[in-house]
Amino acid sequence: MAVGELGPRVKDAGLAALVATALLLPILGMETVPGPDGRLTLDFHLHLVAIGALLVFAGRLALSLLLHGRALRPSGRAGAVAEFVSRHGTWFGLAGIAFALALPFLPFASRYTIDVATTIVIYVMLGWGLNIVVGLAGLLDLGYVAFYAVGAYSYALFAQWFGLGFWACLPIAGLLAATAGVLLGFPVLRLRGDYLAIVTLGFGEIIRLVLINWHEVTGGPNGIADIPRPSFFGFPFTRSPAEGETAFHELFGLEFSTLHRVIFLYYLALALALITNLFVLRIRKLPIGRAWEALREDEIACKALGINPTNTKLTAFALGAMFGGFAGSFFATRQGFISPESFTFIESAIILAIVVLGGMGSQIGVVLAAAVIVLLPEIGREFETYRMLIFGAAMVLIMIWRPRGLLAHREPTLTLAAARGGRR
Amino acid sequence: MAYFLQQLINGVALGMVYGLIAIGYSMVYGIIGMINFAHGEIYMIGAFVSIIAFTLLGMLGISWAPLALVLVLIVAILVTSLYGWTVERIAYRPLRGSFRLAPLISAIGMSIFLQTYVQIAQGAKIKPLQPVVTGGFVFTDPTGFTVTISWIQILIIVLTLVLMAGFTWVITRTPLGRAQRACQQDLKMAALCGVDVDRTISTTFVIGAALAAVAGLMATLYYGVIDFFIGFLAGVKAFTAAVLGGIGSIPGAMLGGLVLGLAEAFWSGYFSIEYKDVAAFTILVVVLIFLPTGILGKPEIEKV
Repeated sequence: MAVGELGPRVKDAGLAALVATALLLPILGMETVPGPDGRLTLDFHLHLVAIGALLVFAGRLALSLLLHGRALRPSGRAGAVAEFVSRHGTWFGLAGIAFALALPFLPFASRYTIDVATTIVIYVMLGWGLNIVVGLAGLLDLGYVAFYAVGAYSYALFAQWFGLGFWACLPIAGLLAATAGVLLGFPVLRLRGDYLAIVTLGFGEIIRLVLINWHEVTGGPNGIADIPRPSFFGFPFTRSPAEGETAFHELFGLEFSTLHRVIFLYYLALALALITNLFVLRIRKLPIGRAWEALREDEIACKALGINPTNTKLTAFALGAMFGGFAGSFFATRQGFISPESFTFIESAIILAIVVLGGMGSQIGVVLAAAVIVLLPEIGREFETYRMLIFGAAMVLIMIWRPRGLLAHREPTLTLAAARGGRR
Repeated sequence: MAYFLQQLINGVALGMVYGLIAIGYSMVYGIIGMINFAHGEIYMIGAFVSIIAFTLLGMLGISWAPLALVLVLIVAILVTSLYGWTVERIAYRPLRGSFRLAPLISAIGMSIFLQTYVQIAQGAKIKPLQPVVTGGFVFTDPTGFTVTISWIQILIIVLTLVLMAGFTWVITRTPLGRAQRACQQDLKMAALCGVDVDRTISTTFVIGAALAAVAGLMATLYYGVIDFFIGFLAGVKAFTAAVLGGIGSIPGAMLGGLVLGLAEAFWSGYFSIEYKDVAAFTILVVVLIFLPTGILGKPEIEKV
């Protein structure tokens, strides 16, 4: 189609607008609200439908004019940027770490910024943990939040029952989460990719439902409150410590400030995240890490080379789960309160989205994606409502635009022409 | 005995709703080998379109139940099918031939998008529907227990059987069904033989969405309340049903739906109602481990 032919394009856009009208009219155009007698009545928002249809018309027309009938494909420029970032990953990484370390002392740092930064770092850590499973081993795990929950509840319960501190609980939480990973993984890992995804989703839901219904242990929907806050290796962050204890500010001769704990938590999260990162970077170079990536690319070839797929996948699953458990116990100590509400499927989807949007297998991509996803609702309250909407749309669009993620670690060096697929 | 019979009736009605949704999963999986994760949301949209159409008809003064039911059924099927078509066109078609997990992730994104869209447009509160069809048959057995089979349950069972008969006819006797079966066997070969693959896949999504719309309407009538979140659980359960029956097989999907519905009804009747969803998920995990091809499915051989 030449650029000049406007007629067919307008007709096509008009058709799209018509479809949009039919789609939007009942759901968006007629809102069901309870009437005075308790029965439902309808509130009409026809102007919204008209706006929607116009947007679709304009968007479709613009798209067809811009693309000249070509399909939406990875553009060379985005690919070049991704390649540049990947090649100089070490420098970007070091700069990022330096910035993260300096953050609490920068002039704009406030309690709020550090809190947000801590949230970002938790998601980065979860993203890196899940990246082992999804990005490296190529196993789609839709129930990652289950391991996060196992970590959080094991810290909360061990602290409550046995009075164990954070540092004692951290390895226990990781171990329990890894055990949960092995228990789930062992029977299901021989399933094909998408079956595995659904089973992990089912497992995540089972854990959540058990947490809700097992009142005696987990406190049911009310969760567990009064989880002990972390101390600076035995020195608590309190204004007036108990008899015989030294508080953090006394130890260093500082003025007492509630900010100390916030900053400590931030560094704690950062340390955990960096340990995760270091671990992943190193294990990637070991035979087991190579085997994960090989398995992701071609399972049959791996079997032919004598790699045991089940064991290899199981290690990836268990290690990913372990880091989820670490992040979970950090979450519990930071919040001081946990309930099954925090461990819904949406949370799994957010972590997965961070990995996918960042580029599966890319460590820096995860950081970028986590920052975007946490900051988006912080920019303005109005984004809060639309966050999940934008989120879902972004997942679809990024898959279409760059199916391997924004900063894909690497595209396969060789692809068959036929594998590019479809009828183009 | 009467209690058993009551649970049996409830389970069959529930299972038929699951079965109708499961067919959508099964057909799509059979043809393009992907889990249409957004299918549960399509069902939810079907339920919402139904409740909106009922309210609109009520405001227009049409209250004669059979007429209202037929009109709502038609509207729900039309609108929901259009949603099914659009979802396929936007989120899945551009990814055909991409790597394996891409369509699944795109589907998850679509599912989140649709769920939030309905939540924003319609509000997060649950929507109660005034009973449209009431009453039923009540049987009393000698021990004094009563067994009720409501008109809605009869409607669900009859409508599902009719749809299944019509659907089987479409698959086995029409050119469309032939094209679908050809695509199921081998997409590329079907395309070489002159089957319009894209159109067949679109039609598959439309049919799946239409059946989900019927399921949505019946669930709305049966439970009387809906909210934007019903799609997730129903979707996972229907997928379980599809896997249980053997994914790709249409009678299997219906059978799986029935087994799951019965299991759920008996579980909540005899054990605990709190853990009924756990039961469904456990069935899914156990079936996938011990019987990955399902009851009526064929084993899949992966070739190099």
